[in-house]
Amino acid sequence: MTPLHILFLLFAIVILGSALKVVTTQNMLHAALWLIVTLFGVAALYAMLNASFLAVVQVVVYIGAIAILFIFAVMLTRREMRDKGEQLNKNWWAAAIISVAVFGFLYTLVSRWSGFGNTAAALPSDVDFLKELGTALVSPNAYVLPFEIASVLLLAALVGAVYVASNRE
Amino acid sequence: MTFWTDPIHVAAEWLQGVFTGWGMCPNLANVLTAFLGILILISFAMLLDIILVWVERKVVARFQDRLGPNRVGPWGIFQPFADIVKLLIKEDITPAGANKVLFNMAPILSLMSVLLLWAVLPLAPDIGMDLNVGLLYMIAAGALGTLAIILAGWASNNKYALVGAFRTVAQMVAYEIPMVIALLVPTIIAGTMGINSIVKSQETWYVLISPLGALIFLIAAIAELGRSPFDLNEAESEIVAGFHIEYTGMKFGLFYAGELLHAFTFGGFISALFFGGWRGPGAETYPLLGVLYFFLKALFFYWVIMWVKYSVPRVRIDHMLAFGWKFLTPLALVLLMVTALLDKVLAGASAWTYGLTMFVSNILLVWLTIVVLKAYARRERNREESSVQPVAQTAHQ
Repeated sequence: MTPLHILFLLFAIVILGSALKVVTTQNMLHAALWLIVTLFGVAALYAMLNASFLAVVQVVVYIGAIAILFIFAVMLTRREMRDKGEQLNKNWWAAAIISVAVFGFLYTLVSRWSGFGNTAAALPSDVDFLKELGTALVSPNAYVLPFEIASVLLLAALVGAVYVASNRE
Repeated sequence: MTFWTDPIHVAAEWLQGVFTGWGMCPNLANVLTAFLGILILISFAMLLDIILVWVERKVVARFQDRLGPNRVGPWGIFQPFADIVKLLIKEDITPAGANKVLFNMAPILSLMSVLLLWAVLPLAPDIGMDLNVGLLYMIAAGALGTLAIILAGWASNNKYALVGAFRTVAQMVAYEIPMVIALLVPTIIAGTMGINSIVKSQETWYVLISPLGALIFLIAAIAELGRSPFDLNEAESEIVAGFHIEYTGMKFGLFYAGELLHAFTFGGFISALFFGGWRGPGAETYPLLGVLYFFLKALFFYWVIMWVKYSVPRVRIDHMLAFGWKFLTPLALVLLMVTALLDKVLAGASAWTYGLTMFVSNILLVWLTIVVLKAYARRERNREESSVQPVAQTAHQ
């Protein structure tokens, strides 16, 4: 067992444990905060995979923007800050079936994969991965089409948000 | 390699030699040395923080035509220690109905978000981690600071604190965008996001290449720090003390220390990104000289931030948001586009042509902005006058 293994197990426990707390805790705001712990764990996994850009973007976008928006929404929409609502609604059985089905599908998919024992290939030390990623995103041979489609989608969402928010009649 | 030309590596190797001499395995000695390095850096930052309390009180006193602390020690320099003793022996109060864990976690998280920034602060050629995502890391650490303020506001079970937290989020979300865009300007010019690499590539200070970028970054940084004129999250005339209203003793002290250190750290970032950081005569060979230059520049910008704080009155919240969204963000976006375009056009040009064209383009942008603003103000005035007229006529009839 290398130190990397120990760290991975530690972060995996943190991620799974806090994800469980997200769905079991009674308080809405606590759920949002546990979600932040989960997202931090995922960022740590990215950092361990040498994907520093993804790790930092995970923190900036998911914790700096999305989680804070969640907290904000909870604060603004709930009358009581420590409001304890029903945890299950009447569709809980449908959600349970879907999540079990998804878990089973993912499990069979992963169990067929045989690369678990492989060690990761050593990364060349003289390459700037950030630059490589940037070039790949806009090069026609790589990911320019998904990148542009995602930008158009985001732009559409932006225009839509402005339209919904504007109170001009 | 002697201590004066490469202090960090010499000290680290000496420490490792000591540890392995005790019969420790080399890996463990490595980890321990790294931890000791972090400990020394953080202790240094916290000691600096104590001095900053004195600097802040002394400077604000001069701005307000007072003497400031002058009783404890020469020029009152030991005043912060008396303050600390006072903070430590104060009663520690947790308000009724507060969420205990989060209430106690918030000040720690707040100071932590500032100390995280010191990991990438380029004090000298070799000090300061040169992450290839350094600037994004800086934004991520800022997000943690926002989170700390929200937690403090919510966990206190106090309406004023909550209003302060709401204001903070609105402000952070609004001013993070121009800040990120302004940070992209040195990224484009230097071709890297590593802060130390940016410092290394500044043959000419970037403020001379992109003065507008430096100005936008300074404004956004002051907003991010929550200092006047953007200190709406603790506006004492409206919401008493904002998010830290319920905090007493050293817990309040942590917020206060975090704020001062944050301001100094951002002074450091301004100097590193736009004013050459540790660069100066002899800094390449003698890194400790670079540390001195860096601190002089960082202290100067810390003073500039204080100067703005104590000279400019607080803005109203709608003005603050309108300024961020309708003025600073579009201006930063236009600047980014112009910089990116010119950077590609001037790819093969000499350093002089490159710098001069960038500078002129920045000045042109400033001039255009002023023209547009003037036209807008005139239109607003005309519309107001024309909308007032009919009412007056009907009144006369």
